[in-house]
Amino acid sequence: MKERIKFTLNGKTTELDVDSDRKLLWVLRTDLGLTGTKYGCGEGFCGACTVLIDGEAERSCQTSMIEIKNRTVVTIEGLEKDGDLHPLQKAFMDNDALQCGYCTPGMILNAYAMLSNNPDPTEQQIIDGMEDNLCRCGAHKRIIKAIQVAAKSMGGF
Amino acid sequence: MKNENYLNLDFTDRLGDILIDRRDFLKSFGGGIFILMTISAPSVFAQRPSLPTDFNAFLRVGEDGRVSCFTGKIEMGQGVITSLAQMLADELDVDLESVDMVMGDTDLCPWDMGTFGSMSTRFFGPPLRAAGAEGRRVLLELAAEQLNEPIDQLVVENGIVYARSDNKKSVSYAQLAKGQKIARFASEKVPVKTPDQFKIMGKSYLRQDAREKVTGKAKYAGDVRLPGMLYACILRPPDHHAKRIAVDVSAAKEVEGVRVIEENDLIAVLHEYPDVAEKALSKIKAEYETPESDLDENTIFDHLVKVAPNGNVVAENGDLEKGKAEAAKIFKESFLDGYKAHTPIEPHTAVVHVEGDKATVWPSSQTPFTAKNEVAQALGFPAENVRVISPFVGGGFGGKTRNLQVVEAARLSKLSGKPVQVAWSREEEFFHDSFRPAAVVKIDSGVDQNGRIVFWDYHVYFAGERGAQHFYAVPNSRTMAHGSGWGGDPGTHPFATGAWRAPGNNTNTFARESQIDIMAAAAGMDPVEFRLQNMSDEKMRRVLSAAAEKFNWKPAKAPSGRGYGVACGTDAGTSVATMAEVAVNPDTGRVTVKRVVCAQDMGLAVNPHGATIQMEGCITMGLGYAMAEDLHFKGGRILDLNFDAYEIPRFSWLPKIETVIIDAKNDAPQGGGEPAIITMGAVVANAVFDAAGARIKRLPVSAERVKNEIKL
Repeated sequence: MKERIKFTLNGKTTELDVDSDRKLLWVLRTDLGLTGTKYGCGEGFCGACTVLIDGEAERSCQTSMIEIKNRTVVTIEGLEKDGDLHPLQKAFMDNDALQCGYCTPGMILNAYAMLSNNPDPTEQQIIDGMEDNLCRCGAHKRIIKAIQVAAKSMGGF
Repeated sequence: MKNENYLNLDFTDRLGDILIDRRDFLKSFGGGIFILMTISAPSVFAQRPSLPTDFNAFLRVGEDGRVSCFTGKIEMGQGVITSLAQMLADELDVDLESVDMVMGDTDLCPWDMGTFGSMSTRFFGPPLRAAGAEGRRVLLELAAEQLNEPIDQLVVENGIVYARSDNKKSVSYAQLAKGQKIARFASEKVPVKTPDQFKIMGKSYLRQDAREKVTGKAKYAGDVRLPGMLYACILRPPDHHAKRIAVDVSAAKEVEGVRVIEENDLIAVLHEYPDVAEKALSKIKAEYETPESDLDENTIFDHLVKVAPNGNVVAENGDLEKGKAEAAKIFKESFLDGYKAHTPIEPHTAVVHVEGDKATVWPSSQTPFTAKNEVAQALGFPAENVRVISPFVGGGFGGKTRNLQVVEAARLSKLSGKPVQVAWSREEEFFHDSFRPAAVVKIDSGVDQNGRIVFWDYHVYFAGERGAQHFYAVPNSRTMAHGSGWGGDPGTHPFATGAWRAPGNNTNTFARESQIDIMAAAAGMDPVEFRLQNMSDEKMRRVLSAAAEKFNWKPAKAPSGRGYGVACGTDAGTSVATMAEVAVNPDTGRVTVKRVVCAQDMGLAVNPHGATIQMEGCITMGLGYAMAEDLHFKGGRILDLNFDAYEIPRFSWLPKIETVIIDAKNDAPQGGGEPAIITMGAVVANAVFDAAGARIKRLPVSAERVKNEIKL
């Protein structure tokens, strides 16, 4: 059923008339043209579609539009501020923490939420926190390193 | 040399017959200096359709001084966007930042067979460097004229040519290229740099595409959006052998905005939103007849041996009967390896826009030129009416050498008159992607009383020849390959099979290196010493010794309880030796890989940092097939359809990884994207044996299998 959904997207108030049980992933990618959020499995297993909802990492392929009503959504496109990359984005670049790059937006946003909850994680906590985000190229080691570097440079978020 | 001596870009006389169908696209470029090159065909592909005799890549030094390299290769994470640019920048003496890679656009780039087989650096590298050297020579000749200095009195730095005697006398590549229209073939007469002259090659650089990828700006096929574009969801059978006997699409047609398209075998639902199309598809009612089948992941191996053709001799020396007579101990073993999925995180996707008798295609494909021809054939268009533009590819691993989704999108675009995107769901990916073939290896071998291998009789069924041939000094030996490692006659595999990162070699190396360890243990010898004693290949000896040194391997007879394993292999011209330390939970059989050391000799490592990352990626991906990946199926029905059922490596699986790249910068570069994955099955199996006395002869080395075999 179509409904007017108002939410904050990457810092801007957004209003859409959409079928409220459509999934956020597809509304972002098609209606809103934000294609940085990726489809990987459609069932919430892989994390390629991860976005931030009220600061928490959520699987946008499992999130209905009704669930984001009056909430705040941040996608990978919203991390850059005035042309400056977020420290996590920089650390992923500087540490070559990606290969094909397809899982990267989800990895970065999942790490973002993890660091906001725990600004100084141990290596084991990073591994546990990233466990459900899948990468097939095998960039895992460098992703862990990048998150450590970012955590350090952010100095406690 | 004067301009008229160069081949002019309109190619009216001298290049006319060579460049007939290239002329138009070269004409479409502005001025500058063009160097054309030919990527030679490796002999392993000699059986494939013949390669063109004209050029199949070129570089341009533009009037702004920027260097562009046009190639049909694509970037899917392996990093050639960086390493190819490095080679070119070094030979031309320009900054790496001034090189643009234009990849996989079939209108701009000349024909290329595809990006696979760890071939980009090996086979493209040499002609690319030759072209760079040729380009530098052309620019020096122009500079000599302009500065009125002999060529041997000129030096180049970062794209600026200086007179040796007076560095105020200088001219930039941009100034030299201005107003020129020069094209030359790379003659290979101009020498390329020697390693002591390298400024950029052999040095480590970060990925050139990282910024786009961390900001979400990098465009993959699914991110291509065209006005009026429709997303298609296609009706799929439940089983590869299912026959549709009835279908009712009426309920799907009732969904607002949906178009249902039916043409022969193809039934698809199209909508401006992919999720609405998917929902509408679920309303289609279809009935199928599916033949019964006994084939599954357990029965497949007997079936394969039964249907296998007589083998081809891959290699043979000595006299097997003589060797058997000399053997003190004989080992007759079979090794099994099931089907594996590629599972790139980006499923197969394509956008096709058919306009009149022309089509533009944006595919996730490792073979854009093959896709071009397939689309042309499906649509009945001449090939020149189809343009393929390659976006970034979200992982390929061999699976995206097939372009079924591209043809589907092309047909639907033509039928609907709209641009159409086909993006396979994960379930479709697990069904329609090709799989690494299940395979069997039977080895009969023997050692004498001194632990020397005296005979080796090797038969591989459906993993093919790659990696089948051993590198040990065995006086009586035969290697036979029964059936291809890509597929087989109808009735061989229950679904499509194809190339999977280092095709065939993972299976062959698992079998060979397990058998070597079985013999070493029976001979009472340390597995590294046993290998070195039976190895005369100097390159492999060096690599194995380097791994042992890094690992700090101390000799012991297995099973020692330490959980140490070793495995060697060769792939794509590269020699690799891997060592691992594992722990086995005695109650559950669960294996934890704690540490992996991998040494490889890949000749010149153009970007050592990039090569290291490829090794790490191979080791990480290889843990999957070594420890968990095994496709479950019943006949033509795939039972594992998402990541809950088919497990791939996760963060917690990662061991400590250490890599060693042997310094071999004077040798030609060899493959880097695949070799380090081939040893992972064997090194884990051998380490598990060392830890627990459990000899696992079937991949993956799963907890259940280990638990049943624990001896220590």
